[in-house]
Amino acid sequence: MRLERRAHVPLSLAIAAPIGAVVAALILAGLLIALAGVPVFEAYRRMLIGAFGSRLSISETLTRTTPLILTGLAAAVAFRSRVWNIGAEGQFYLGALATAALGSKLGLHLAPLVEIPILMLAGALAGALLLLVPLGLRLKFGVDEVVTTLLLNFVAVLFVSMMIEGPLKDPLAFGWPQSVPILADMALPKLLPRSRLHIGLLVAIGLALVLYFIQSRTRFGLEARAAGLNPQAARFAGVPIGSILVRVALISGGLAGLAGAIEVLGVKGYVTTDLSPGFGYTGVVVAMLAGLNPIGVIVAALFVATMFVGADGMSRAMGVPSFIADVIVALSLLTMLVALLLANYRVRR
Amino acid sequence: MSARALELNGITKRFGALVANDDVTLTLGQGELLALLGENGAGKTTLMNILFGHYTADSGSVAAFGRTLPPGKPRAAIEAGIGMVHQHFALAANLSVIENVIAGTERLGALALNKRAARVKLAALSERFGLTVDPDARVGDLSVGERQRVEILKSLYRDARVLILDEPTAVLTHQEAERLYRTLRGMAEQGLSIIFISHKLHEVLAAADRVVVLRGGKVVAERKAGDTNREELAELMVGRRVARPHRDAQTPGAVALKADRVSVMSGGASLLSDVSFEVRAGETLGVIGVSGNGQSTLGRLVSGLVSPSSGSLDLFGHPVAQFSPRGFVEMGVGRIPEDRNADGAIGEMTIWENAVLERIGEKRFSSGGLVRRGPARAFAAEIIRRFDVRGGGPDTATRLLSGGNMQKLILGRNLITAPKILVAAQPTRGLDEGAVAAVHAEILAARRAGTAVLLISEDLDEVVALADRVQAIVKGRLSPPIPVSDADPRRLGLMMAGAWDEAA
Ligand SMILES: Nc1ncnc2c1ncn2[C@@H]1O[C@H](COP(=O)(O)OP(=O)(O)O)[C@@H](O)[C@H]1O
Ligand SMILES: [Mg+2]
Repeated sequence: MRLERRAHVPLSLAIAAPIGAVVAALILAGLLIALAGVPVFEAYRRMLIGAFGSRLSISETLTRTTPLILTGLAAAVAFRSRVWNIGAEGQFYLGALATAALGSKLGLHLAPLVEIPILMLAGALAGALLLLVPLGLRLKFGVDEVVTTLLLNFVAVLFVSMMIEGPLKDPLAFGWPQSVPILADMALPKLLPRSRLHIGLLVAIGLALVLYFIQSRTRFGLEARAAGLNPQAARFAGVPIGSILVRVALISGGLAGLAGAIEVLGVKGYVTTDLSPGFGYTGVVVAMLAGLNPIGVIVAALFVATMFVGADGMSRAMGVPSFIADVIVALSLLTMLVALLLANYRVRR
Repeated sequence: MSARALELNGITKRFGALVANDDVTLTLGQGELLALLGENGAGKTTLMNILFGHYTADSGSVAAFGRTLPPGKPRAAIEAGIGMVHQHFALAANLSVIENVIAGTERLGALALNKRAARVKLAALSERFGLTVDPDARVGDLSVGERQRVEILKSLYRDARVLILDEPTAVLTHQEAERLYRTLRGMAEQGLSIIFISHKLHEVLAAADRVVVLRGGKVVAERKAGDTNREELAELMVGRRVARPHRDAQTPGAVALKADRVSVMSGGASLLSDVSFEVRAGETLGVIGVSGNGQSTLGRLVSGLVSPSSGSLDLFGHPVAQFSPRGFVEMGVGRIPEDRNADGAIGEMTIWENAVLERIGEKRFSSGGLVRRGPARAFAAEIIRRFDVRGGGPDTATRLLSGGNMQKLILGRNLITAPKILVAAQPTRGLDEGAVAAVHAEILAARRAGTAVLLISEDLDEVVALADRVQAIVKGRLSPPIPVSDADPRRLGLMMAGAWDEAA
């Protein structure tokens, strides 16, 4: 038996692969749920209700989806050019901190319509700069960015922690380590009244579409893909690899930083060290599930958010630990890798 | 050659509708060196995979030393004394030579125990067949030629008496290939029976006792190497007359490309030293050399990838100030890189993307940062049509093209713009006879149209066929030029050995 590369992957297969992967993951996780002595179908039904059963739950799921789209895009953009940015978590936090600081009473005090975009840009810039450091080290000295971006996550979170215990600490928070809050009129407008869902979702979806366009239609998109697929041939063709990768890093880090900014502006209003339940790391999973396709990222982010929000509901109703969401997401990453293999290769004997 | 080492009888193998092997019958005598000749896709690899048990034939049988082999059982083939060296090596890069040789023959736990005995046996084999390689070297650190020796030793270690090599020279440099054939000859003289696959005529003629030609899955001819010649084999292999095109005399024009005492240093090592040459419009300068002597660096220099540490390179009478690939392309330099897979094309991208990547900045292919896909696709379609690129349209992934067609694409994207200078580095390396003729015809046509051609090649026949003048590169230095009419093999040999005064 051998695996043989397919000449063309039919569109139907390309779409069936992720769906098949998710179904397989749900079946495998179902075995675990059954082991816990709970009826599997009922559990999954509760999960769906938990994620989509009411106006509130839908809005919660979409609120969760928003940062995942952005961190998913951050990973997808970088990975496509083989920049292994595992540091979206740190970039998220720096973006959040920059936004909170500038948007607070210590900050800019501009008109909201002017200031909100500036705050978002500031968050993006903070994230971008944090990724520029490891990329520079790679381009100059060949330092592996997998390691540096990963380790910078811890540095960034500790830095945030230092700032919110120190100069940016909210004096009115009864001693809790949290940052000064943004001014009330800096909060993002709600998408649904009386919910946490804000227009950040539209920003995220819009950016996914823009990114799709950039990748498929622009010269930069073409050169960035060439640089990722075969740097040597790209160099021969005159693609300025260094400057292309710098731009890729600015976009990737910027998206992760923006995710942090939007989470502060749209949901929390201030920064704590548990602002992100691992949005940065989960973004990697989202990107892989999406096959690095920006449009796919929207769908993958929605799926992952559904699992997490739904699992909370299921756990309350059935007593299954909500960790099952992590299991499903992790399993679906594994089954997705297998499905991609099967979609791209044919089994022969 | 009394006893039969191998007998293949009526082998047929289909892949779907495609008949890869069609009723193939073949024998190999003991102590014989047999060449299996055929173009890409003729079914050579498939046949050998059946022989070795990797594939099962739809019909037919295989016998080794008079005993029929069970189909589809590589282990049985190994036990019958057959060893195979694949087109793509199957060695573990992070293990040592000796570990690679033993791996698979013993249980893992026994590995350390038997290393000493293995070492003795391996040394004896190396000695006997002249296959020198350090048993403790890490395979990942070895050159391609050395890795191939390890593959051969691995088969011999398992007591192979029949050795099959699939395109063994495809990845080797010229002198490595010659060394390999000397080794194979020696092995045959000592009684081993060998089949090697090739599509290179001169190798086959020089090395083999007998040649079997495969075309479209069928055996079309069988010749004693002494009773045939290049033209006949080429015709048998391709199925029609393929004459390599000839160069006509013409008077060259003004100097287009000129190097004046150019040196290139890298990390303290001198890659090119004091190199001078000039190429005129409508003229081809051939630079011959043994690999590792600076041909690659010279190619990279005139492609804009490396810049000189001293000396100057003039394009059309003006010294180049800024060395960059796009700068060279803009100035009208067509560039054929020596490694088409590593430098020339991005396999995962489409044909049209590869066609325009090096000139994506031109107005017709992008404006305002957006790629103009219509004109880009049309450009690719035009290359495909004019240069007869087969195997796909503008939107096909480039990796699906065969080597010859990929090379036609690379050639086409340069020549279609009528470059004033063409730098062709090893333009026909690894191509089959039909594709070589096509590439040569295009290079000659460019010269006829007034392009200054710098041909950098290890293939002496190619240089003699295409070039007007020849210079040899030795240890980064360039010999004085001689007209190709004076270039007999002895003289070229002396030039490549660095004995320029004797050659003059
Ligand atoms: N596993 C396979 N599945 C389908 N077609 C194959 C397979 N292997 C080889 N072929 C086809 O069979 C033909 C002969 O291939 P091959 O034996 O590799 O030729 P060669 O080694 O002479 O270049 C080619 O057309 C090739 O595409
Ligand atoms: Mg083959």
